[in-house]
Formats: sequence, structure tokens, C-alpha cells
Amino acid sequence: MSGQNLVERLSQRFGEKITGSNLEAIDPWIEVSAAGIAEVCEYLRDDADLQLNLLNCISGVDYFIADPKKAAKAGWEPHTEVVYHLSSTFNKHTLVLKVILPRWKGDVEGKLPEVQSVAGVWSTANWHEREVFDLSGVRFTGHPNLRRILCPEDWVGYPLRKDYEMPLEYHGIRGR
Amino acid sequence: MATQVDDARIIEFDVRTDEMLVNMGPQHPSTHGVLRLVLRTDGEIVSEVEPHLGYLHRCAEKIGENLTPRQWIPYTDRMDYLAGMNMNLGWSLCVEKLIDHQLSEKAKHLRVIIAEMGRIASHLVGMGAYGLDLGTFSPFLYAFREREKILDLFEEACGARLTYSYLTPGGATADLPNGWLQKCEAFLDQFEPIIPEYHALLTTNAIFVKRTAGIGVMSGEMAVDFGCTGPVLRGSGVDYDLRRDGEERYTEMYDGYAFEVISQKDGHYPKDHDYPAVPAEAVLGDCWHRFYVRMLEVVQAIDLVRQAIDRYSTASGDWGVPIKLAHKLPKGEVYLETESPRGQMGFYLVSDGNAIPWRVRARSSCFCNLSVTSDLCRGCLIADVPAIVGSLDVVMGEIDR
Repeated sequence: MSGQNLVERLSQRFGEKITGSNLEAIDPWIEVSAAGIAEVCEYLRDDADLQLNLLNCISGVDYFIADPKKAAKAGWEPHTEVVYHLSSTFNKHTLVLKVILPRWKGDVEGKLPEVQSVAGVWSTANWHEREVFDLSGVRFTGHPNLRRILCPEDWVGYPLRKDYEMPLEYHGIRGR
Repeated sequence: MATQVDDARIIEFDVRTDEMLVNMGPQHPSTHGVLRLVLRTDGEIVSEVEPHLGYLHRCAEKIGENLTPRQWIPYTDRMDYLAGMNMNLGWSLCVEKLIDHQLSEKAKHLRVIIAEMGRIASHLVGMGAYGLDLGTFSPFLYAFREREKILDLFEEACGARLTYSYLTPGGATADLPNGWLQKCEAFLDQFEPIIPEYHALLTTNAIFVKRTAGIGVMSGEMAVDFGCTGPVLRGSGVDYDLRRDGEERYTEMYDGYAFEVISQKDGHYPKDHDYPAVPAEAVLGDCWHRFYVRMLEVVQAIDLVRQAIDRYSTASGDWGVPIKLAHKLPKGEVYLETESPRGQMGFYLVSDGNAIPWRVRARSSCFCNLSVTSDLCRGCLIADVPAIVGSLDVVMGEIDR
């Protein structure tokens, strides 16, 4: 199935939950809304033509530049992306999904952006979403056990966010 | 009157004891590094296992945002430190995909030689350490004796024994030294007849079979659902190997090579060597099968290295000159997975057009493989926990990154 066909098919089925696509990229992607991702993923997993049964990876990417002069040249507004890499062990094809989120929920600093969890679709997502939550600061609604996985439980901040600052001290250990 | 009990575990359920929390690790020898497992036990039965990670977290992804791709190569070595060459390969291919760099034939064959030798070395550790987990020491020594020779070969090629940084975006840091191929062939000739020794020590050993056969059984669907890959996936009978099914940039390295994916099809493994038979107690997807797939992959790797040596010596082109240290990356993002000894190792690279990536992400194979532990260990005996975790062959450096 060509990329264009797939986008049309998904748009027909899910309407506004498919928010865009980029088919010219090296790895073409489809953009899905934060409220529709679980539904779309379930469909992609179960559809007989697609059978995307393997979730390879979930990554969080933060887009933010602190320097206002440089930020003006960047060509994008500050935002956070959650990227899903899927593949099929049957058809040997792959697909990339993206959810574009604001950096903070309702632009209130400190309130994490929210996206539906896909842990109910693939069990892989359980740990991957915990990692994205831990390092990139995205809240996955409906996740069975959303807590930090690599950093200690009492760690403050989300290290892979571009405006993250290393703490000066952690339990008596000098940070910087 | 004595009561006949078919399954010893049934008694445990009858005589309920207090629930106990047992902390296994992070310094426990059978947790493969710094993995901590918290077991909730009821007598000998484990009702819940909760892995705790992060003791070896070194912020590799964050560091990747501050270095150029070639500078980040040494950090990939330190992820899966038992298969550094394969990690170098994964990252190099990912960067080459972004800058659309084509390799010469010779460079590709060189990479096959190195990657498959790395696979042998890594599986040897996996095998030896698994023996240790189950309480037998000698296979470990036998495995390390041979691995040492591979490390000697690697040392001659790149100067390092563990953290190689040999394969790099663009090719490799140097060509193989003169006479290396002969030494490599001599090693393979000496190593291949030794493999039956390993099978006698572990694969067909009655105690080993008792400890692993029928333990930690995982169906193919469950393995895929948890994102398990590599020998863990193939040990559950799923016929999927990125060297055949992966992206073209990776599979073209193996174009024209004769090899069959090691997984059980219709009750049989591909048969071109004299493998020991599958014991009657073993169930597809158990610890024994995961171990067995690794052993068969060692034989497969020997075969691939032999084919690659032939091609390399007649191939045209150079060994592949590395790209510039601060090569300006085009704007864009790529994701690429390779078949590392422990599973599919993926790298995701986002570039904003500078020499330093905007975001680097490493998809760790062991991370996903380990996530299945809680489900596999539910209801097993305490003594089976090391057997199950060991059969997943995890390396904490790769999980915590």
C-alpha cells in the first residue's frame, strides 16, 4: 500500500484524528491527534493488510530554543513530539506515527502535556512510555503504572527537554 | 498414609506461608550487572517480580545531543559493551542513512566479517554466563577461552579489546591489517570443531535440560506484544530476522549470502549441521529454546564470516573512509534498526541541519526483552528466576544507556 493510499484510508476512517502527514521525508510519517492515537494504533495492529504488530520504539523529541533570536530563525513554534516506530513481522513493512503536543498543557509551565497511552495495544509501550515520561516529560493518560524508570523516583525535571538545567545538588552529591 | 503429589508446587499452595518481599540485586551475581528485582514470594513461589532499572544510566542520549555523530561512536560501545562492534554498526548505518552515504562492496563485506565475529563473541558470553546463572562454572571458562581469541583479533584490527569504536559512519577507522584474514580463518577452523563440546557441556546436559526445559514459556504472540526481538523472539518460533527482513540499507550488506533464519518451523530447526536433538521436555518458547537459538546462531555466524572473507578478498573499492569528524548533517530524521546479538538495536536521529544532532535516541533491545520478566516469572519458583532472566541474556549497559 502506498503512503498516499494509507493516509487517505486512515483519514476516511478517523476523520480529524489524522492531523497531517509528511510523505517526502526519508522515513515518511503520519500525524495523529493526542486523543486518537490509541484508537488508530489498535486499528493499525489489527487491520489485515497492515498487521503492524511490533512496536519498535516510542521517542519524545522536544523542540525549544531559549535564545529568542535563534528561535525566530528555527522555522517552527516550540512544541514536543512523541514519535512511534511500528513494524510488522508478517508483512515486513514499517510505519512512523507522530503526535504533536504543546510543551506544557494549556501553556502553564510545569503542567505536562497529555497523550493517550498505547500500553493497552502493545505491552512494549508500558516501559517505553515510562521512559518518555521520565526523560521528556509527557503524561500518558490511561497508563497502568506511570512513574520514572531510569532516573530515581525523586528526581526533579525532565532531562531531555531543551530547557532542562542540571540540579546543583542531589542528596549531597554535587551536580555541577 | 502418604499422599501422592504429582506436582510439588501444589503443596505450597495448600500450606500458605506469609508473603515476603525479597530484594535480588543490584549486586546479586546472577542479575547480569546492576539489575534489581523485587520479588514478592509466597514460600518458594514467586507471585510478582518488579524490575528496577537505572543503576547504570549514563545519559547517553543527552550526551548525543552535544557531540557530532562520529564523536558519539565511543558511547555506543559502552551501551552493549559485549557487542561493541554491532552497536558501532547500528549507529553508523543510521548516520549514513541520513547523509545518504553509499559504501563500497569491500566495506560492506568487512562489516559482515566484523559484525558476525562480534555476534560469536557476544553469544559466547551469553552462553557462559547462563551456565553461571544455573550454577555451573566450567562452560564459562570454555566460552571465555575462545572469546579471548576473538578479542585478540579485534585488538589487532582496531587496538581495543572491548570498546572498539572501529566501524564508524563512512566505513571503518582502518582496513584490516595484513594477514588478519588468515588468522581469522585459522580461528574459525579451530573453533568450529569445539562447538560439540559446548553442546555436551550444556545443551544436552541432563541437569541443564531440567533447569531450562519447560521453564519461562513464552508464545510467539506474547514475544511480539512485548517487543522482544533477536534470539528471544526466534526462540518462540517467530521467523523474523532483520538481516533478511530489515531495511534495505542493512539487508544489502547480506545480499547474496546463504543463510537461513534460525527459528523452529514445523517443529524443526534449519538443518545443515549436526545439531543435538531437541529434548522431549522442551517446549517452544522456553529457556532451553532461547539458549539453543543462540548456539545455532554461533554456527550460522561462522558460516557467514567464511563467506564474507571470500568476498572481501576479491571485492573492489576501499574499506570505507570515515566521514569528517564534524560532517554537516542535512535537515531531517531517520530511524534504523539492525540485528544486534541481543535483538533489534534501533537508532533514531533528528537533525536540524547542524553538525550536532538535535536529538539522538537509542532503542535498546534488552530494554524490551527485559520488560517481559514480570509476566514470565509470575508463578514460577524462586530458583527459576535467574534461569529466566539469564535466558533473556540482558546487558544492563544497553538497558540503562
